[in-house]
Amino acid sequence: MAYVAEPLDQQPFPSHIRLMTKLSKIRNFSIVAHIDHGKSTLADRLIQETGTVEDRDMKEQLLDSMDIERERGITIKANTVRIEFKAADGETYILNLIDTPGHVDFAYEVSRSMRAVEGSLLVVDSTQGVEAQTLANVYHAIEADHEIVPVLNKIDLPASDCDRVAEQIEDVIGIDATGALQVSAKTGQGIRETLQSVVDDLPAPEGDIDAPLKAMLVDSWYDAYLGVIVLVRIMDGTLKKGQRVKFMSNNTLHSVDRVGVFRPEMEMVDSLGPGEIGFLTASIKQVRDTRVGDTITNDRNGTTEALPGFKPAQPVVFCGLFPVDSSEFEDLRDAIDKLALNDASFSFEMETSAALGFGFRCGFLGLLHLEVIRDRIEREYNIELITTAPSVIYHIYMKAKEGEEPEMIELHNPADMPDMSKVDHLEEPRIKATILVPDEYLGDVLKLCQDRRGIQEDLTYAGTRAMVVYDLPLNEVVFDFYDRLKSVTKGYASFDYQMIGYREDQLVKMSVLVNDEPVDALSTMVHRDRAEQRGRAMCEKLKDLIPRHMFKIPIQAAIGGKVIARETLSALRKDVTAKCYGGDATRKKKLLEKQKAGKKKMRQFGRVDIPQEAFISALKMDD
Amino acid sequence: MAEDWQNGGFGLYIHWPFCQAKCPYCDFNSHVSREIDQSRWLRAYLSELDRVGSLTKGRVLNSVFFGGGTPSLMDPDVVAQIIERIRATWPTANDLEITLEANPGSVEAGRFAAYRQGGVSRVSMGIQALNDRDLQRLGRIHSVDEAKAAFDIARKSFDRVSFDLIYARQDQTLNDWQTELREALSMAIDHLSLYQLTIETGTAFGDRYAKGKLRGLPEDDLAADMYQATGDICIEAGLEGYEVSNYAKPGSESIHNKIYWRYGDYAGIGPGAHARLTLNGQRHAIECWRNPDRWLQAVDTGNGENVKNPILLTDQADEMMMMGLRLRDGVDLKRWENLSGRPLNPTTLAHLQDIGMIRQSGDLLIATQDGRMVLNTLLAEILVE
Ligand SMILES: Nc1nc2c(ncn2[C@@H]2O[C@H](COP(=O)(O)OP(=O)(O)O)[C@@H](O)[C@H]2O)c(=O)[nH]1
Ligand SMILES: C[S@@+](CC[C@H](N)C(=O)[O-])C[C@H]1O[C@@H](n2cnc3c(N)ncnc32)[C@H](O)[C@@H]1O
Ligand code: SF4
Ligand SMILES: [Mg+2]
Repeated sequence: MAYVAEPLDQQPFPSHIRLMTKLSKIRNFSIVAHIDHGKSTLADRLIQETGTVEDRDMKEQLLDSMDIERERGITIKANTVRIEFKAADGETYILNLIDTPGHVDFAYEVSRSMRAVEGSLLVVDSTQGVEAQTLANVYHAIEADHEIVPVLNKIDLPASDCDRVAEQIEDVIGIDATGALQVSAKTGQGIRETLQSVVDDLPAPEGDIDAPLKAMLVDSWYDAYLGVIVLVRIMDGTLKKGQRVKFMSNNTLHSVDRVGVFRPEMEMVDSLGPGEIGFLTASIKQVRDTRVGDTITNDRNGTTEALPGFKPAQPVVFCGLFPVDSSEFEDLRDAIDKLALNDASFSFEMETSAALGFGFRCGFLGLLHLEVIRDRIEREYNIELITTAPSVIYHIYMKAKEGEEPEMIELHNPADMPDMSKVDHLEEPRIKATILVPDEYLGDVLKLCQDRRGIQEDLTYAGTRAMVVYDLPLNEVVFDFYDRLKSVTKGYASFDYQMIGYREDQLVKMSVLVNDEPVDALSTMVHRDRAEQRGRAMCEKLKDLIPRHMFKIPIQAAIGGKVIARETLSALRKDVTAKCYGGDATRKKKLLEKQKAGKKKMRQFGRVDIPQEAFISALKMDD
Repeated sequence: MAEDWQNGGFGLYIHWPFCQAKCPYCDFNSHVSREIDQSRWLRAYLSELDRVGSLTKGRVLNSVFFGGGTPSLMDPDVVAQIIERIRATWPTANDLEITLEANPGSVEAGRFAAYRQGGVSRVSMGIQALNDRDLQRLGRIHSVDEAKAAFDIARKSFDRVSFDLIYARQDQTLNDWQTELREALSMAIDHLSLYQLTIETGTAFGDRYAKGKLRGLPEDDLAADMYQATGDICIEAGLEGYEVSNYAKPGSESIHNKIYWRYGDYAGIGPGAHARLTLNGQRHAIECWRNPDRWLQAVDTGNGENVKNPILLTDQADEMMMMGLRLRDGVDLKRWENLSGRPLNPTTLAHLQDIGMIRQSGDLLIATQDGRMVLNTLLAEILVE
């Protein structure tokens, strides 16, 4: 089977792909690792070693394509690259690497990408050892039946301890690590051996070239020039330019405009065969029209058997995004529309807040996802935002008539909480959290989990590290749990979680009144037993966050009509320039402009100006 | 229609940029220089007087202010020649006020009679504190005794002698200040300037403060209490607070400074001097070169100005409000509306009146004593659109 590369007009370099790829000459793999253990650096080295990218085009963290990814040093979208490697047997192999996000928010993206490949490199920092995300990600790999090759990275560092870490991998994960590769992604040591091991130790893909096309839709995103780009893994048959294909989940038909591979720049090819990973474009306008996990086949005589379907990603954290300058609402709508085109896991609906005016209630996969989207709106679209307290989805069961089932309502926004007298009971989402932490911080971690209404499920040791498993309410975690965990363990703990379902608990809506007016954007759901403590903490926080005004301001927390905590922000008493003569008019004018601008950055509630950051900061607990 | 500047009068500010020593709190355009060629400076001032005079021909001059720096380091003869030229340049008001800022050292004391001779009618002395420990901490080079002696000599030459004190100093208690203020009032003739110590960036105090090394400054509440006590004690002694930091017997207010606060026209001559001048019906903001040598050079080539911009009417309105609310007598709202082209927000005004920050009397908008204490916040509230 011959695949002939067809260079795009705008391609600066002539394509050099001449594929004669038998299944036995293909290896598909991903890299799983805890954050900062060197996944992106290793990927860079693999790309460089095989000459896929000219040295002069080499930049760091090649596969992290978004600015935000590069800046934060995290991978948030799955990325892929096709590299050619001349192995010890003299044969050239096609290696397709899918780089997956390491962060818990994107666990779903990880798991679906895993199904498109046959093996994984398990990268563990040999100075650190196994961490929570190592575990979480390796379980995805195991679930996807991967062959797993352990790679001990950062052996150039003096603190590297390969024996200890290999032993730990065996103990904690239960895979053989005796022959683990020893690598420095920094110096390049062990890189060729790693490539050779991909060829030797990972299985070749299987597939039938003569069967009807069966391809997995691995991911998709929007490109301003090409429209929606669909990342595919061919299982059976071939995918060609010009072919008519069907997306089986919704029976939509598309005509394939382009077929190509990533090296990691896009490069056009005529067709892709079984075992290969590449992309197609088909004049698709919206990412929403493509469902991750879908099966793509021929429009006629296609396969009847779809791949086991994937569930779509569900947002779990919700918050309101409002423009600081209310005249920018339409710009915000535009920005959100555009971002949603490229991110099917992000949901939004319009929201009106008495306090903040028009905005959007948005759903995210987690807090990191929230921050990334918010940063992008602020940065790429230049809109300053007020972000309201993140909330999870509560299930509210309304009181029912005799003999009827109670009706369940999903509550995405505490401000929408119905009157308690009509509510039968509430359920909240819970998670199973896995935390790995050095011994000496264990006490602090247990206290933190306990404070957050956690139920301990397991506590084991791996060397000097403890592994605790807790059943925790998600609402106690979405907010600042991770920050607190990092701070009480000086950054030495690692954390991962998965959703485990809903459970009933005594939850109430706590409202906040500033200068006797309720501020809906500050309402939160809290556990009844914690309400008072939480209310006090919030009032104290707000007292620090709201600048003093010319009058005193009562700040109260209340449940229903009952005030449970109260603070008073005393009046500003002195703010005047002592000396002001002729020469000071100009200077004073600048000060005035600054003050006026500062005022505009705040939101008015009655006569009180609340700074935008207060809506989030008020909820942070520094216990 | 009367020209706007006529509401506030017309004054002339002359800046002398040299001092014997730089005080650690001071961010004025003042420099320590070993050699000053006074005749060269005189020539430059005269040249600028001629230039500005030709732009403002025929205007009636209400006041002149020699400020600094330390103008009491100017040769009396230089001061006299400048005054002579001023009188030759503009028609002057009958009550023309000519103030000179003086430091209360022994050097200056000997010159007061000569200044009087040259035409100075009023002296403003920087006494700053009435105890030696605090004078030292403020970096002043005179003692309390020297200051008192200088003051006594000055009042022999001048009917009008005001002096400045800086309070809300490090480690000063409310009681300390009340006692000190009473002593000051027993010396005072008819006018005092009482400033709370302001930490300015770019000064020695500013740097120390940023490093957390300037301790014992009063918290806002104490500062507010001190300010309130200051007004009360001055009233008992017959001095009314007619501006945020200025106290006078009725009729003895500084004419010059009131031109600034009433947003009148003022010309400025000397390094870093600012002006607000109406030229051909358009009001301008003018700034002279700040660096003394640069200014001299510029004057040599004909003009000491560095910046000269027309001021938008809306900016004039803001500036007028900023300056005017400092005055006990407030701001004329009609004049403000004429400039800004809009009325102030009535709900904002009603709220500010409710909480006791302002009051209205006819067309006058007046900041109450409480309002003046938080004037910066109050202004932002009033002027934000
Ligand atoms: N000394 C050393 N540093 C490494 C090595 N591999 C990666 N790093 C550094 O570790 C940090 C995290 O690496 P990165 O590839 O971004 O990790 P990722 O979060 O797993 O993608 C970066 O500062 C890398 O430069 C290595 O082999 N040796
Ligand atoms: C610039 S000085 C000129 C007067 C003269 N050179 C002197 O120091 O006595 C004018 C007055 O401003 C006041 N002043 C200067 N800097 C100040 C500051 N940082 N805080 C409060 N008042 C200040 C002092 O009271 C000073 O007398
Ligand atoms: S306070 Fe007066 S004497 Fe001290 S530096 Fe400033 S201008 Fe000169
Ligand atoms: Mg990375």
